[in-house]
Amino acid sequence: MITIISAQENNTSSLMDSRFGRAKWFCIFNDENNSTSFVENPHFEAQGGAGVKTSEMIIELGAKKVISGHYGPKAKELLDKFNIEQVEMHEEKSIDEIIKNL
Amino acid sequence: MNSCFIISQFFLIENILIIFAANYKYMPRNKRLRKIVAPPRFSGYKPYGCRPQSSIPVELFFEEYEALKLADYKMLNHEQAAILMDISRATFARIYENARRKIALALVETREIVTSTGSSYTEKKWKLCNNCHARFNKSGNNTLSACPLCSSENTVHINF
Ligand SMILES: [Zn+2]
Repeated sequence: MITIISAQENNTSSLMDSRFGRAKWFCIFNDENNSTSFVENPHFEAQGGAGVKTSEMIIELGAKKVISGHYGPKAKELLDKFNIEQVEMHEEKSIDEIIKNL
Repeated sequence: MNSCFIISQFFLIENILIIFAANYKYMPRNKRLRKIVAPPRFSGYKPYGCRPQSSIPVELFFEEYEALKLADYKMLNHEQAAILMDISRATFARIYENARRKIALALVETREIVTSTGSSYTEKKWKLCNNCHARFNKSGNNTLSACPLCSSENTVHINF
């Protein structure tokens, strides 16, 4: 199963980015082979609709779960429609720490 | 009727969500939506034991009901309540103030109260982890109650 975590940088010691649509990077974690990869979010500086565009990207990447700090209502609506679980985390944690517990 | 007020009609959650979806498109574009964990379980209140009056009902927005509930029923402070509704403290204070004024107006002028969606949207099926304070919703067939971040079973529904 693929879990996507918003990240400030493109490595696993990076902290999670609490802004879903405005995160610069996304960590793609696959729990079947414990692999991680990073994809840049092209919408992080978008004028508007960053949440929706980012959600579309998450859906295309085949995620079943997203971990971030905050989702806008439109992003939530779209992620809900595609049955993607959303987790809101309000602590400063690194990608490594998050993955360790998944 | 023995109760102080007549609870006129109960909403079904599903209906509410459809109403939200329908209203969503027509909302002012830049207005930030206010998160509520559950809409009120009534569509209005009517005074009784008074002369019938033809005055206009007071329209109470869902977010105002939510603010009142969080502050005066759940006894949260404004800061906690604002976080739950995903709005600033100042915005929360304004909504809360409006809620109180509307209730007072309805009581003093024996007016009916009718509820309306206002600028709110519903959080559905969200849970809170008491261990790491993460909030999560469950997708599709995933019905486990454990926290997806720390695996703690100490989780609670926040749709009260
Ligand atoms: Zn937890």
